[in-house]
Order: sequence, then C-alpha cells, then structure tokens
Amino acid sequence: MADTIKVEVFKGEGGQGAYQVFDVPRMESQTVLDVVTHIQRNLDASLAYRFACRVGMCGSCAMMVNGSPRWTCRTHVGDVVEDGCLKIAPLRNLPHIRDLAADLVPFFDKMQKAGGRFVAGKEVPQQMLNIDPQSPARVAVDAGIECIGCAVCYAACDVVAWTPDYVGPAALNRAWTLVNDERVADTGWHLQQVALDGGCTSCHSQGACSVHCPKSLNPSQSITGLKRAVAAAFIKGEL
Amino acid sequence: MKNKDLKLYMTQRLSAIFMVPFILLHLGVIIYASRNGVSATEILGRTKGSIGWMLFYGLFVVAASIHGTIGIRNIVSEMFAWRGLKLEIAMVLVVVLLVAVGLRAVGAVT
Ligand code: SF4
Ligand code: SF4
Ligand code: FES
Repeated sequence: MADTIKVEVFKGEGGQGAYQVFDVPRMESQTVLDVVTHIQRNLDASLAYRFACRVGMCGSCAMMVNGSPRWTCRTHVGDVVEDGCLKIAPLRNLPHIRDLAADLVPFFDKMQKAGGRFVAGKEVPQQMLNIDPQSPARVAVDAGIECIGCAVCYAACDVVAWTPDYVGPAALNRAWTLVNDERVADTGWHLQQVALDGGCTSCHSQGACSVHCPKSLNPSQSITGLKRAVAAAFIKGEL
Repeated sequence: MKNKDLKLYMTQRLSAIFMVPFILLHLGVIIYASRNGVSATEILGRTKGSIGWMLFYGLFVVAASIHGTIGIRNIVSEMFAWRGLKLEIAMVLVVVLLVAVGLRAVGAVT
C-alpha cells in the first residue's frame, strides 16, 4: 500500500471550475468519503461536499469517483484507486452547486412527477390489510423498496443525459413499488404518471442503473415491469 | 400531447408484431423459390400484375417505414437534441421518403 494517494478534486461553482490536486495519506480501510473529509479538515477548509450518516443509509454522499457514480462513504479507496490516483467530481446529470455538491432538486422533483409517493384512499380502513409476504406483488415491492435516494443510478443513466425530460431510474423504480402496493387506492393514477412523456418508455433497458446501484437494486427490471403494465393498460384503452 | 411517447412506443411494438408474418413469408419464399436457382425474369414473371404480391409488399413497406421512422426519431432526438416542431417535420419527411421509395420499388416489381 502506497503512503499517499494523489487526489484530483473538482473545485468551482455552477459548473465552472477545475480539478485541484491534493496528496492525502493512505490509511487502512479508508473510504473515499474519508479522503474528502481529510482534504476538507486538513488541506482546504473551503471544500464543499455533502454527507450525513457515513454508513450507507442516507444517500447524500454520492459523487463521481474515477468517472463512475458511487456512494463515497461505503466505497473503499482500495477498490477504486487507479495507479495511486483518485479523481472526484460532483454527480453527473445534475446541476452543479459548488465543488462536490450537486443540486438534487430535479432528481426529487422527477420522483414526484413519476408519482413516486404513497397515496392512501379517502376512507380509513377498518382493518389492517393482510398482505401475504410471498405474493408476487409483495415480492416485487421488496425487490425495489430499499432505495436510499442517492441518485447514483440517475447519474449513471445515459438517457437522463440525452433526454432532459426523462424521470430516470430511481423515480420509476419507486413507482413500480407503488404499482405493486396493495394498499394503494388508485393504481391507474400511477400508471398514468409513468406513461407521461419522459416516463418509462424512454428507458433503453441496458441496465447502467442496476450495475451502479449501491443497494444492488434493479431499477431496469422495475422499469421493464412498468413497460409491460403500461402496454397492457394501453391495449385495454385505459391510457 | 401528454403521452405521445407511449403512443409512439406502442406503434413501434405493434408494427413489429404486424411485420413478423411478413418477414417469415418473405424469407420463406426466397429460400423456397431459389432452391434450384431462379432468374430475375422468372421472379418478375410471378410478381408482375399480381395484386396479392402488391398488397403484401405494399403493407410491408408501410409498416417498416413507420417502425423505422420511430426508431430514427429516438436516435435523432437523443443524439442531436432535436425536439419539438423541428423533429416532427424531419420525421414526417423521413416517413414520406421511406414510403415513397418503398412503394416505388413495389411498383417496379408488381
Ligand atoms: S436501464 Fe433505463 S433507467 Fe437504467 S440506466 Fe438504462 S436507460 Fe437509464
Ligand atoms: S435505486 Fe439505487 S442507485 Fe438509484 S437512488 Fe435508489 S439506492 Fe440509489
Ligand atoms: S453518508 Fe449517508 S449514504 Fe453515504
């Protein structure tokens, strides 16, 4: 293990800026977030970046590391360092705020646009709904529910880069969990939302989202489920 | 239109399904007819004046033109950021061109 790592960090505001090089001591079990924190605490107090939980729960620490989107708090330097170098940049496909902080507002707005929220029926249920954990619908929900909203998949998706309207993998993955949620009052509304322009039919199903998701979710598969459901609804004249 | 993407997506899939029997028959006839060698004159002798072949290849051309244009539309919009009226006009021109050259070819053999 080398003593130091050469770290190039994007510094600047609103998309303008340049990479600045820092030498950071290499340590055992060091994460990329540890590296960024070392720079901010010891080398450049002005460095802007974002994190909270440090244990892979909050989804706030995602950055581009050597060209790929990653959750930095759970990415070990040893797994990503190339020739003793790290290149760290703000998340792709999002407006830039400053240094390593990207603006997540479009990401969360699109989550809403795709109907990515639970809407209960008007009437208060008299009884708790009994949901069979083995039912195919619940199994589909389980497969997609652990999303931490880190936007790694959104940064990995080329269609997001090419089609500004495209809502992206995380929003559609969330919508798929709701389409399969038996407590949801109006499943048809969810299908309508994901069938709007920029919805599920824009996806190319090549799975960059699924390859990069740090929670090992498979948004690409969820989107395939949505495409089938939307096509069936279209044939029935419901969309 | 709020779900034009969906309509194009479905049109592209349905046109693909529609073309399956056409492709199979087209390939099947080629393989069957050419098993002992076949000349252009022989082919034209069968297709010329045939309403059946005219309809078959006419519909095939229309379906393939629609199907292909939707694919081209996606590529142009993603790769060159063409959107809105510019994209729609360009795609109308593409589909008209494809149908025209396709039907011209159909006309030449039937
Ligand atoms: S599979 Fe779809 S959502 Fe996932 S990266 Fe590819 S285009 Fe984007
Ligand atoms: S699907 Fe995965 S990569 Fe995308 S936001 Fe959720 S946890 Fe992050
Ligand atoms: S800091 Fe919370 S997921 Fe990385």
